[in-house]
Amino acid sequence: MTKAAAKSVETEDGGTWRFPANRALRLDSGARLAPLEIAYKTYGALNADKTNAVLVCHALTGDQHLASTHPVTGKPGWWDRFVGPGRPLDTSRYFVICTNVIGGCMGSTGPASTDPATGAPYGLTFPVITIGDMVRAQAMLIEALGIESLFAVIGGSMGGMQVLQWAADYPDKLFSAICIAAAPRHSAQNIAFHEVGRQAIMADPDWRGGAYEAAGVRPEKGLAVARMAAHITYLSEAALQRKFGRELQRDGLSWGFDADFQVESYLRHQGTSFVDRFDANSYLYITRALDYFDLAAQHEGVLAQAFQAARKVRFCVLSFSSDWLYPTPESREIVRALNAAGARASFVEIETDKGHDAFFLDEPQLDAALKGFFSAGAQARGLK
Amino acid sequence: MSPSRPAGVREDFAEILRLVQPGSRVLDVGCEDGELLELLTRERTVDGQGLELSPENVAACLAKGLAVVQGDGDRDLDYFPTKAFDYAVLSKTLQQMREPRHVLSELLRIADRAIVSVPNFGHWRMRVSLMTRGRMPETRALPDPWWRTPNIHLCTLKDFTDLCRSLNLKIETCAALTAGKPARTFDPAGILENWRAETALFVLSKA
Repeated sequence: MTKAAAKSVETEDGGTWRFPANRALRLDSGARLAPLEIAYKTYGALNADKTNAVLVCHALTGDQHLASTHPVTGKPGWWDRFVGPGRPLDTSRYFVICTNVIGGCMGSTGPASTDPATGAPYGLTFPVITIGDMVRAQAMLIEALGIESLFAVIGGSMGGMQVLQWAADYPDKLFSAICIAAAPRHSAQNIAFHEVGRQAIMADPDWRGGAYEAAGVRPEKGLAVARMAAHITYLSEAALQRKFGRELQRDGLSWGFDADFQVESYLRHQGTSFVDRFDANSYLYITRALDYFDLAAQHEGVLAQAFQAARKVRFCVLSFSSDWLYPTPESREIVRALNAAGARASFVEIETDKGHDAFFLDEPQLDAALKGFFSAGAQARGLK
Repeated sequence: MSPSRPAGVREDFAEILRLVQPGSRVLDVGCEDGELLELLTRERTVDGQGLELSPENVAACLAKGLAVVQGDGDRDLDYFPTKAFDYAVLSKTLQQMREPRHVLSELLRIADRAIVSVPNFGHWRMRVSLMTRGRMPETRALPDPWWRTPNIHLCTLKDFTDLCRSLNLKIETCAALTAGKPARTFDPAGILENWRAETALFVLSKA
């Protein structure tokens, strides 16, 4: 692929990469996806040797707006705290890339994109995608950017699963891999929570079998409920109790079904603000991709086999003690498989009561561990 | 003593540094804040991996660029593949393990050689302390009272060599360690050594 092919709608700090017209993305389902666009953002500068690139993989409801103002919400990027000059992922040292996953709704091809066969939005005719498909698309973009080997691929939650998939599928293109608060597969409980979310969306009369856009409506209520249910799993019981307890919104009870409790009001706010920036069908497709994720199953049921070719990759696996969505034993399983494969692995469980979402939040132990891991890796790779 | 021994290094680390071949693969079980691994990486260019229980220590190791997994020597050794390392180091912690016999055989499954140091409960200070005070010895090598000690499986030099024999392990090297003094190589079968060695460091391999 030529560099020119990568330049579709490219600005200095990212843009939208359009697949060459003669290429389609081969999907795990057997389907082929074309045309395909990937929206991405970059921060910092690629060095002359092209050895300082870091790919950040976002979580379920994240996007490419990692460390710059979000165009829809006007809020800082989702990992602004962590990425920037002088921050743990230092953009004065590394060239940081973040792509919107395929199936997403912030510019990459997804169910809201136009189906070339009909001229209408795909809706439910969009093919089911997997974590492997997301990573395959990212790898094509990285290649198009002329980067042969990434200094690091890093992500939390679903981003961490993409990191594992990268290590399994493209070990030769990776120098290091950082997997935060993730799991090697989705558990029954994980699938169950996602199913509640999907059913909430599909139960909304405005969902219209996925063809809501043509009808000029949006299943906002259903998507908000999905977000509310999921959001509970991102926080620990202790954090929820510490933040809200049984505190009331106003003096006294309403003796009705208004949001009496602060925690209700908080969840409602999470739900309604989410629908402004997220597409309901994207939520269905991406949660499905997560549910289908089972890295060991792709390697004859043996997780260690997934990492057989990744022995030279420097791995760092991190978990949070109060994460009940992807609890520490899941990360330990990854680490044991890495050890069994003879890979160079580091692992630490970070003590925090903030739950799964701790990786977005101020967590000095996480920063210290990753800062050390990055600078040691940079030294080993000969980066300045 | 190795001519390249850096100043101010713990005597057991200095001895391990002397014993490890440059460029080898080393697993340090209970690596604490990574002092030994860092030393081995710098002075012997080893490919090191650590296992450590405390998260603060693991974070300190990561900051030094070491590959360290938070885990438990009693439980997590089973997950390492066979012959993954040239050396497995277990420094002064075998007596704290729930299953020392299992740990020892695991070390020699994972690595070609195990470097293990143990405090010698047969040292004359222990014997004199027990004999004269009639209480569990509290010495400079084992300073904690019985109710607080992490050392749940203490042994003497003879007990340890017996265990090695029953596991069919060969003692390649044996050195006595005394705080502040250079290591002294000795023959574990020597009659007085079970009295004299305060801490003993062994290089073991499968016979």
